[in-house]
Amino acid sequence: MSVHSAARGDITRRRIGAAALIAGVVLLALAVTHGGTASLALTALWRGSLGTWYALTSATLVRAVPLMLTGTAVALAFRGGVFNIGAEGQLLAGAACAAAVALGLPSGGAFTVVAALGAGAVGGAAWAGIAAVLRTRFGVLEVISTIMLNYVALHAVSWLVRGPLQEPTHAYPQTLTITDATRLWRIPGAGRLHAGLLIALLLALAAGWALRHTAAGFRLIATGDNRAAAASAGLVDVAATTTHAFLASGALAGLAGAVEVLGVTFALYEDISPGYGYTAIAVALLAGLDPWKVVASAVLFAALEAGAGAMQRDAGIPSTVVTAVEAMLILAVVAAQAMRRRTAAT
Amino acid sequence: MSDVIAPFLAATVRTATPLALAALGELVVERAGIINIGLEGAILAGALGALLGGTAAGVAGGYVGATVAGTIVAAIFALFVVRWRADQIITGTALTLLSLGATGTLYRTLYGASGAALTLATSAPLPIPVLSSIPLVGAALFAQPPATYLAYLAVPVLAWWLHRTHAGLALRAIGERPDAADAAGVPVDRYRILAILFGGAMGGLAGGTLVLAQAGTFAEGMSSGRGFIAIAIVVLGRWRPVGVALGALLFGGASALQFAFQAMGWRVPYQLFLVTPYLLTLAALAGAVGRARAPAALGRSLDD
Repeated sequence: MSVHSAARGDITRRRIGAAALIAGVVLLALAVTHGGTASLALTALWRGSLGTWYALTSATLVRAVPLMLTGTAVALAFRGGVFNIGAEGQLLAGAACAAAVALGLPSGGAFTVVAALGAGAVGGAAWAGIAAVLRTRFGVLEVISTIMLNYVALHAVSWLVRGPLQEPTHAYPQTLTITDATRLWRIPGAGRLHAGLLIALLLALAAGWALRHTAAGFRLIATGDNRAAAASAGLVDVAATTTHAFLASGALAGLAGAVEVLGVTFALYEDISPGYGYTAIAVALLAGLDPWKVVASAVLFAALEAGAGAMQRDAGIPSTVVTAVEAMLILAVVAAQAMRRRTAAT
Repeated sequence: MSDVIAPFLAATVRTATPLALAALGELVVERAGIINIGLEGAILAGALGALLGGTAAGVAGGYVGATVAGTIVAAIFALFVVRWRADQIITGTALTLLSLGATGTLYRTLYGASGAALTLATSAPLPIPVLSSIPLVGAALFAQPPATYLAYLAVPVLAWWLHRTHAGLALRAIGERPDAADAAGVPVDRYRILAILFGGAMGGLAGGTLVLAQAGTFAEGMSSGRGFIAIAIVVLGRWRPVGVALGALLFGGASALQFAFQAMGWRVPYQLFLVTPYLLTLAALAGAVGRARAPAALGRSLDD
């Protein structure tokens, strides 16, 4: 490890510490202004996130799985200079494809599970691929196009679960529930926690390793750092690398949707994601866009969201405050980076 | 047929108004070389500001509250992006998230988690004598709430200001070559901050019209992507006020189609109407980008 990367690790540790602190202070301030006792709110936050084995596994880690996958998706894209704000839409596209395959294939069992996961990844990649074509062929800023595609995906799912994929009685806006044989297996003794955690960990590790040690990772980082330099060095096909970044990112986010369907919800419906694709941006930025550190920051945000639900139930604090806290964390990271750059420049 | 066309035109202008206000504001920001993705957040903040101001002091108070709220969001953006040279895209995205979370929290805190059906007096249409009685288009164009007339007024004023005044020239120079403008003695940062604040005020006002001239109430996330659509409209309008106004009308028309189709009794999945503005944005961007030229320094800070 070089001095530089050691220093980076140090900064990330401090950053995550500072982030937890900011989140705590904001939540505390809100608890106090709410008239509810702060201790009641903090107890709820703790007990709802990490304080009990059930909360840790069934609330926090279950939420951490899609955040690890989408967080890695955003980290890879941003490292490659692709501002993919569309993980939410790609997640939905993946969830829809996975649900269609899981319900459409008659067999059930391992083959169907793998096929459904694959379909999710392909669906997410295809959804991101639209933005990739728009950017590389037409020069459309992906920030706008991916956000537009998020809305399109949301309305498409809304249509699917009221139209072609709706359960046969047509009573509820959702698909049939997938059979037990088509679900991801539960981790024994860990409540609702499922094998998706292993998939997410494995892919985050693999992505971090690929960024550090493979030629593809080097091309991605070179393109993200300086497109012109990467192109003029003659070694990097910038357009192809950009497309690959979109596709890899979309596949990971789509897989997150598939894992949710096969491991948590067992059916497709509209609000299958409470905004994982947006939280993913905060997860990735807090992790310094390093997939390895995404694992830790995904758990932090998952704990925050799980705890926020408990705070709303027990102390009446609106759960939307977590979105505001996430945004403040992003702003804190951005400000810290800007400060560091300015001190480095002078 | 005119019983379909006249309401369609009126709905077009009504839905185009917030888009036009927001896009005209963003146009000035982008001409200064800044892209503010946080416009969506400013619109949402403006919507809540309109509710707070409106409950306290009626329709006029609502517009003031909306403008102030949008300006506050823009001020945070300016602090990060101009003063600290932070990344514009990430800051803007974070501010939209912040606005979503903060407005939701404030709203639930003040009005309860259920968000009880809260209705506000909306600003009544203000028909302009003579003009509003022109057949077919008169009522659509000239029997609208005051915010629509503000948008009409902003188009020629901005066109004149951008192209015929010293300050407008300086602003455009900053958008093209900030280093050269700086060398020529133009206070780049001050122009950019003022442009961003103006954009935020217009965005807030756009959010205000959603509450005060359309819904009569606030809903969490009610901006539903209008800020991003407005940014697309700026591209579609080729960074010119008249083009932007026409672009807003095109989007207003697309959204208003659903009312027309409903009136004609067409059976199409309603989601198709809901996605139309987003699909149109994608198509418009794909078609427009190649032919239009953005300000050369768009998205870069002075130090880059």
